[in-house]
Amino acid sequence: MGMVDIRGVEKSYDDVKVIHGINLSFAPNDFVVILGPSGCGKSTLLRMIAGLEQITAGEIAIDGRVVNKVEPRDRGIAMVFQNYALYPHMSVRENMSYGLKLARVDKGTIDAKVRQVAEILGLQALLDRRPGQLSGGQRQRVAMGRAIIREPKVFLFDEPLSNLDAKLRHQMRMELKRLHLRLNATSVLVTHDQVEAMSLASQLVLMNAGVVEQVGTPTQIYNEPATLFTAGFVGSLPMNFFPGCVNDGGNQLILENGTKLPMERDLRAHAGKKIVLGIRPDALRLVPSPSDGGQVFQGRLELAEDLGSLRLLHLRNSGGGFAVAVAADTAAEGTLHAAANERDLHLFDAVTERRI
Amino acid sequence: MVERSPWFDAFCHLMLVLGVAAMCLPLYYAVIAATHSLDDVLRVPMPLTPGKELLNNIQTALAQPDFVRQLINSVILAVGVTVVKIAASFTAAFAVTYFNYRFRALAFWMIFSTLMLPVEVRIVPTYEVAANVFAPLNWLLGGMIEVDLQWNLLNTYTGLIMPLAASATGTFLFRQLFLTVPDELLEAAKLDGAGPVQFARDVLWPISRTNVIALTVILFVYGWNQYLWPMLIITEPSMLTSVVGLAKTLPGVSDSVPHWHTAMASTLLISLAPILVVLVLQRWFVKGLVDAEK
Repeated sequence: MGMVDIRGVEKSYDDVKVIHGINLSFAPNDFVVILGPSGCGKSTLLRMIAGLEQITAGEIAIDGRVVNKVEPRDRGIAMVFQNYALYPHMSVRENMSYGLKLARVDKGTIDAKVRQVAEILGLQALLDRRPGQLSGGQRQRVAMGRAIIREPKVFLFDEPLSNLDAKLRHQMRMELKRLHLRLNATSVLVTHDQVEAMSLASQLVLMNAGVVEQVGTPTQIYNEPATLFTAGFVGSLPMNFFPGCVNDGGNQLILENGTKLPMERDLRAHAGKKIVLGIRPDALRLVPSPSDGGQVFQGRLELAEDLGSLRLLHLRNSGGGFAVAVAADTAAEGTLHAAANERDLHLFDAVTERRI
Repeated sequence: MVERSPWFDAFCHLMLVLGVAAMCLPLYYAVIAATHSLDDVLRVPMPLTPGKELLNNIQTALAQPDFVRQLINSVILAVGVTVVKIAASFTAAFAVTYFNYRFRALAFWMIFSTLMLPVEVRIVPTYEVAANVFAPLNWLLGGMIEVDLQWNLLNTYTGLIMPLAASATGTFLFRQLFLTVPDELLEAAKLDGAGPVQFARDVLWPISRTNVIALTVILFVYGWNQYLWPMLIITEPSMLTSVVGLAKTLPGVSDSVPHWHTAMASTLLISLAPILVVLVLQRWFVKGLVDAEK
């Protein structure tokens, strides 16, 4: 049993089902990141954990207690909102202590806690300011302070970094991780930014269209995507996909662009099946010439993107286009050949879209 | 509009001066009339320069029977209308914005439709209800059982204030403001453990501050200047408001000499209260109408 257990949870708005039976368990002290494209139901799931949305079916337990009918304030959770939702007319101090004040905690205790939390977040000098007088990063910190002061068992973050500029986002990301390690609580963060997800998560949950696609560590999900969707969604350079099929002998892939790839893996169980082959751009490397029958792709250079640390070459052949990531100083033109190791090839069943 | 020609400029200024004169001359006349003796005021044409009798006239005005009492009545009416109306519209707007119940839209539109029925339009039925609050109930039950409940509000502050305070303007203003408050604020308050009452008191009310001040100015002046309703329901001189009392000091028909000089001195005194309220609150008043501070 974990800190948060989600059992068969469904959510419908009127007749529209947005979450289709989700089962998850978050261990204590985990940093869980729920990743998915907009509209996949990830925020709704988080809001159901918080108690801001009714659960249509199934149940959610926090620390062993089913909370379906428990008020948000009694669930032992705290939440940080995307737009921070600070009370505009209250000072930083009042914003952080409002919950304690409502709980009738005595003034001395409140003061001590506010001071302690302000110190953790470096807010000591700002306690008497209003949210309107703070920068984005500072507001973010106040929002976190308001969560920390409740000493919750579970922190919920709803896209907390998406309103910050790129540099600040990176900085706050590290701060978030440091904070998590320091606070000894379970954190659940929802995001659509996969870099954020990869860097923060100890457990990554990938959602799509109201179902969980895959659960695992970021490395697992990156190296062994379980579905075609996961493969396409995770990774900062989009994966190349090649449709094709397995030959009858089960030892060769025949791609629709005409390329034939001999495989050492035994694919006899899938002989004749339609498949999709996925290769990350950085798993491909340029080779001087098509070696005889090797795993080589060929294409004409269409355009090149300079991304600073690397260069992304977009090649095109009769069957479509694909991208190859090369070192930034690589000069290339004309027809090029790219090869990959067999262990970097991801095979998916074209019908079920699951990993083979 | 950018239009640069000396003739057009001159025309614009002429219109402005005429407009200002039309607005201010009566006021100027009132002030001048308050500074002259009765003989000077009744001379034709009336002198257009200030006289020396201002203090005398003010003393006479203050010495009129019930004058101070009527000022106090006016304050009670204006403050009462302001307080009751703001309290009622704040809670009503809170109810129609933040709670989900059947007939919510109906409730809102019924409140909204009263905007089309100011006191003047429904003055006869309103008077009937003020004369006996239970009149509608008596009428309803009359068919079934013999009842005759009486609750008379004529010549009372309650009867004076309530019909004027019941209207939708404030409700509408508050509702529009509440609609701009982000939902996350409500959710954050929920997580902090605030119930509806705490949320309304600790979050919505402070956020509405500038709106409340703007409404206070408008409603105070509105209440202060009421004429028709107080005149109808109040018959005792000691319960009259100053505006009505002032009108009654002037003879309706030409059977006696109209004391314009003291009437105008009273007018100046009576105008002081709304002027004071506007002056004190005008800074926030403009701010409240222009920007909703978020």
